[in-house]
Amino acid sequence: MANFKAFAGGVAALVLIAAAGAGIWAWRTADTWRNAVADDAVALADIGAADPEAVARGEYIMRAADCAACHTREQGDFAGGYEIATPFGTLVSSNITPDRETGIGAMTERDFFDAVRHGQGQKGFLYPAMPYTAYARISDQDMHDLWAYMSTVAPVRNSVDENGGMAFPYSIRLAMLGWNMLFFDGSGFEPAPGNAQLARGQYMVDGPGHCSACHSPRNALGAEIGSAYLQGAVVDGWLAPEITSNRHQGLGDVSAADVAEYLGTATDGKAMASGPMAEAVEHSLQYLTEDDRLAMAAWLKSVPGSDVARPEQVDPASPEMHGAALQYEVSCSACHGTRGEGMGDLVPAFDGNHALLSENPASLVRVMLEGARAGHSGAKPTGAGMPSFAWKYDDAQIAGLLTYIRNAWSNAGMPVDPAQVADMRGALAARDKAASGF
Amino acid sequence: MATNRKADVVVVGLGWAGSLMAEELTRAGLEVVAIDRGPWMDTSTHTPPAVDPDELRWGIRKELFSPPKDNTLTFRNTTGQTAVPQRDFGIFELGGGVGGAGFHWAGMSWRFDPYDFEIRSQTIERYGYARAEDGELQLQDWGVTYDEMEPFYDRFERIAGISGKAGNLEGEIQPGGNPFEGWRARDYPTPALKTLRSMEVFCEATARMGYHPFTIPVANLSQPYVNPLGVSMGACTYCGFCLGYGCGNYSKSSPQACVFPVLMRRPNFRVITESCVTGLNKAADGRTVTGVTYVDAQGKEHIQDAAIVCLTAFMVDCTRLMLTSGIGRPYDPDTQEGTVGRNFTFQTVSGTDMWIEGEQMNPFIGAGGLGSQIDDFNADNFDHSELDFLHGAGMLTLARDGAPISKAGKLPEGSPRWGTGFKQAYRDSYQTYTTIFNQGSSMPVKRGYLDLDPTYRDKFGQPLLRITYDYSQSDRNMAKYTMDRAVEIAREMGAQHITPFNFADRPFTTAVIASDHVIGGTPMGADPQTSAVNPFLQSWDCHNLFVCSASVFPMNSGYNPTATVGALAIRAAQAIHQDYVRNPGPLVEA
Repeated sequence: MANFKAFAGGVAALVLIAAAGAGIWAWRTADTWRNAVADDAVALADIGAADPEAVARGEYIMRAADCAACHTREQGDFAGGYEIATPFGTLVSSNITPDRETGIGAMTERDFFDAVRHGQGQKGFLYPAMPYTAYARISDQDMHDLWAYMSTVAPVRNSVDENGGMAFPYSIRLAMLGWNMLFFDGSGFEPAPGNAQLARGQYMVDGPGHCSACHSPRNALGAEIGSAYLQGAVVDGWLAPEITSNRHQGLGDVSAADVAEYLGTATDGKAMASGPMAEAVEHSLQYLTEDDRLAMAAWLKSVPGSDVARPEQVDPASPEMHGAALQYEVSCSACHGTRGEGMGDLVPAFDGNHALLSENPASLVRVMLEGARAGHSGAKPTGAGMPSFAWKYDDAQIAGLLTYIRNAWSNAGMPVDPAQVADMRGALAARDKAASGF
Repeated sequence: MATNRKADVVVVGLGWAGSLMAEELTRAGLEVVAIDRGPWMDTSTHTPPAVDPDELRWGIRKELFSPPKDNTLTFRNTTGQTAVPQRDFGIFELGGGVGGAGFHWAGMSWRFDPYDFEIRSQTIERYGYARAEDGELQLQDWGVTYDEMEPFYDRFERIAGISGKAGNLEGEIQPGGNPFEGWRARDYPTPALKTLRSMEVFCEATARMGYHPFTIPVANLSQPYVNPLGVSMGACTYCGFCLGYGCGNYSKSSPQACVFPVLMRRPNFRVITESCVTGLNKAADGRTVTGVTYVDAQGKEHIQDAAIVCLTAFMVDCTRLMLTSGIGRPYDPDTQEGTVGRNFTFQTVSGTDMWIEGEQMNPFIGAGGLGSQIDDFNADNFDHSELDFLHGAGMLTLARDGAPISKAGKLPEGSPRWGTGFKQAYRDSYQTYTTIFNQGSSMPVKRGYLDLDPTYRDKFGQPLLRITYDYSQSDRNMAKYTMDRAVEIAREMGAQHITPFNFADRPFTTAVIASDHVIGGTPMGADPQTSAVNPFLQSWDCHNLFVCSASVFPMNSGYNPTATVGALAIRAAQAIHQDYVRNPGPLVEA
């Protein structure tokens, strides 16, 4: 997730140059009339006792929107200080505790709505590293509740210079106006035709959940491509896979119950979250209700997918597959099983695991080279580890092993190119295969 | 000196005992700070499957152990001798990081015998006062009975996922299990591991001889398992790299595999690593402790205040901290007065190596604790009326000995030790070798004890612990007796070459690893005259200090100690959060 922000923040800054010429009519996208429903009189720091039920609902929205992921670091809960590196400098997440001087204590509810839903903060325009593009869909009621929750957060004095690390001219917040003009839609949530469960799922996915921030591909200027909604994207060497109704590399052949289980615990006993998705489960998704997770699953499974289809299976009798099968037996089968069956909630299965079959194997390559830690949750706290094999196998061997697991048993997936392994090895500065070999 | 914010509980040493106590106490809502002198270690990062099977690194160089330069002690057999430091790895296999020795242990998970807990009273009852009081032995009861321990053994086994087969379900003897074991409320959480060839040969022979073989209960899990804390474990792959190794497969139970995943999530728990506790701080009135003093990795001293101190380090360090902090009265071997340092014991090991021509043991398949055992000559399972010793030994064969470097010395007598002849002999014997290991009990002796060395000090300037110990005559007789039984079994197994061994036919030494199960120093008991801690492991002298390690065992059994340490830890922690915090003071009347 952080890596998306690095990307979006950087590109957004670049865009300012184009946008600067676009003129003042860009004001349309900056219109915050919707937020007039919010109170504009009382500052956050002055709110006394808030309605406990509203606070509880607000905490739920905070979890769903995963505010703490970026705004909580060593300085204390919601005190900001999380650094987001971009090619144009470093952004730092803001202090959103009710501290009057260094946090958002002086903000009114209206100011808060403007910032969260429209990217217009007390210091000027926000950078789209903050996913206000999605939060724009959050309902008035949820925003009121979130505000009530924020009033209960303990104020922390921590002064943050959010864009002091950005090089000129990217340090000019007004530039984001241009980006907003081109790409930002500040309108509220409009459900697609369908039942109430689908509408709820769509709201959670598109609004607080901001799933498309990672799972939708982006154009050259860093904006999501609407026609490829949730069809997968690479974010800093991780593939955020397609999560549509596509039956090969999406969720079409995974039951809604399994998707909900995965969202709530980091694994459905077959696929397993790691990397940025593990963080999303740990900090956010595990706190959602079963109904909401099922609704999200139902919506995702209803979204039209890409046209990527099951390819021809690589011939299991080919010499490459035979060699890789032996390596699989030696290095992988102890945990992942001789039949790719995995080990319950501890180790992902391979056979029939659609998360393995994406056209782009980036996450698989990354995990082989760098190892990984599985996501963990209150319900499934283990979070087992996958070791790195960078030192043990060369690029061709890793590509061969991945081609094998994508084409063994009932699987069929595109072969993995050793050049992609070589590129990733360079990008991650992963070890070369040890000289002595094994 | 910096003083940290006061915690509800400080845990000294985050091994099995420390992590189990911390789990209980944090779940009850107490704020717990653990301090461990080692670094953070985890299975997936430190010993993943890709690097775990490295005998040179872990098995020979012992990289997971705390090195002697950091932790050693001095040793002598009798008070008339001058003790000198143990300068190489010896019988003390302390853990080098968090998880303690629970990270690199083999995984045998035994309950002690009901006889053990009441060894003094039951010996007197069955064999008369003179056998218990022979002038050399210093038998004493634990102050807790097996019946009281049973639920806590059960809890430990559930958390660790122990694989085994019950032999005694609430008094009903079960086929395939150990008929001599104490009663169990229910079976093990996971079934026993597979029976490998060396175990088959042993089981067939001992069954023919009328004995009762069974598969040893182990923390090497036979199948995937989810423990009561919600933690997932994997199935053992029989790689055999367990003792001295971390398990990257999540199939050997350890604090890392079984407890840390939930403990580390709790906001009321934190661990301070690479920091060594150098003292327990006594309150002005001397009746409580205020916390501990520790030295961090930069050599800076800190104070961690706490309402309760749980001393859960390895037994040598628990005893030494009590002595250096002036808590409890040091033991005097001449008068047998004093409790701290009392009843150090070891284990009394004998057995036999053997080679059976034509066999294919395939020793490269194995698991740390995997083996078969008979308890026909353990505890008081056989009549000692006409014998010149008490107790006995668990007699077992192991299926974990395929490691190529350490096994190179296991050749029949007379085999060449170098060159072509050696290579041929090793080739021939690798598949035909097996062993019977008698894990013998150890009876405490009046003249076996621990105190502070007058000469040698550690890197913090603290005196080293000094061991004064030698086997009792009873233990020596027991070792000889069980060695003779092992040779009979080896003959029945069909061995052509039999090489018996008996570590107790010479003086005890810390340099030879007959066993690594050292115990005692702060014995538990119902009598404050003979025990340092009460039956809830609470110090008789400072009621907010709880000591949990093998240092509280008043004697050593013919079994591995870990499960008993774990059960005692859970029992003590429950007593703390159910009773002590409500009404701080002695839990037991002296």
